[in-house]
Amino acid sequence: MGIVSPGFTGRRGGGTDLPPGQYLTHEFPVLSAGPTPHILTDHWEFTVTTETGEKYKWDWAALTALPAEEITKDIHCVTRWSKLQTTWKGVSLDTLLADVETGADFAMAHSYGGYTTNLPLEDLLDGQSWIAYEYDGEPLHAEHGGPARLLVPHLYFWKSAKWVRGLVLSDSEDLGFWETAGYHEYGDPWKEQRYAGD
Amino acid sequence: MSDYLDGNAAAGALSELFAVDLTAAIAQCNGCGQTTVFAESRLYVDAPGMIARCAGCDTVLLRVVTTPTNTYLDLRGLTYLRVPNS
Repeated sequence: MGIVSPGFTGRRGGGTDLPPGQYLTHEFPVLSAGPTPHILTDHWEFTVTTETGEKYKWDWAALTALPAEEITKDIHCVTRWSKLQTTWKGVSLDTLLADVETGADFAMAHSYGGYTTNLPLEDLLDGQSWIAYEYDGEPLHAEHGGPARLLVPHLYFWKSAKWVRGLVLSDSEDLGFWETAGYHEYGDPWKEQRYAGD
Repeated sequence: MSDYLDGNAAAGALSELFAVDLTAAIAQCNGCGQTTVFAESRLYVDAPGMIARCAGCDTVLLRVVTTPTNTYLDLRGLTYLRVPNS
């Protein structure tokens, strides 16, 4: 065991408030577990499926007709980079889920290309998450998850599923793509919940 | 006598398997059935783990995540890996 705990390295990124073990980057690294899907907005669809099987769907026109928010948030990748004050535009999950009747506790985000990630439903609500379709004033590029990605900036960025196509709500917690391969089921960067058991 | 051996009996075979160069093994994709040398799969490493996908259908063949204390190896996308007996 080392003398210095992992958390001690938390501020090596230049004195800003970074979660433990993170460093600051001004780039926007592209991480991906597979080929980049190129989804035309004409074909894009977002579906929320409740625990009873009821489905709620939005196409691109319906999504972009909803009230959008300008979002400025720090983001933290589990591979240790953090990027501060990133700016996005998107629709709050509070808006999308306002009329969805559910008593579910958990959500699985599903993406075009097959990626999944699990979150407690309460982490998607109360102004904590968005379906983002612009980054830095531009339409969200495919390499960063466009045409639309989930944005859940208070958790490690693998939870902010690129190319999001839907949420499946359920009463029990299943694990997503990285969570089934050793990553933490929740992923709070401030608690350094990188791996299962952290 | 039982008709099976306990798992310890697999240790020798497994150590042989993982001692060889797996990239030279013949791999069958559990998604489309394509059967090629593993080296022909598509490897994604700019990610929180290492991902190998089938060149034919993009099915995830293999995932490796190394944590500070453990290595997770997921081979569920492979029907088999075939290596010659030495």
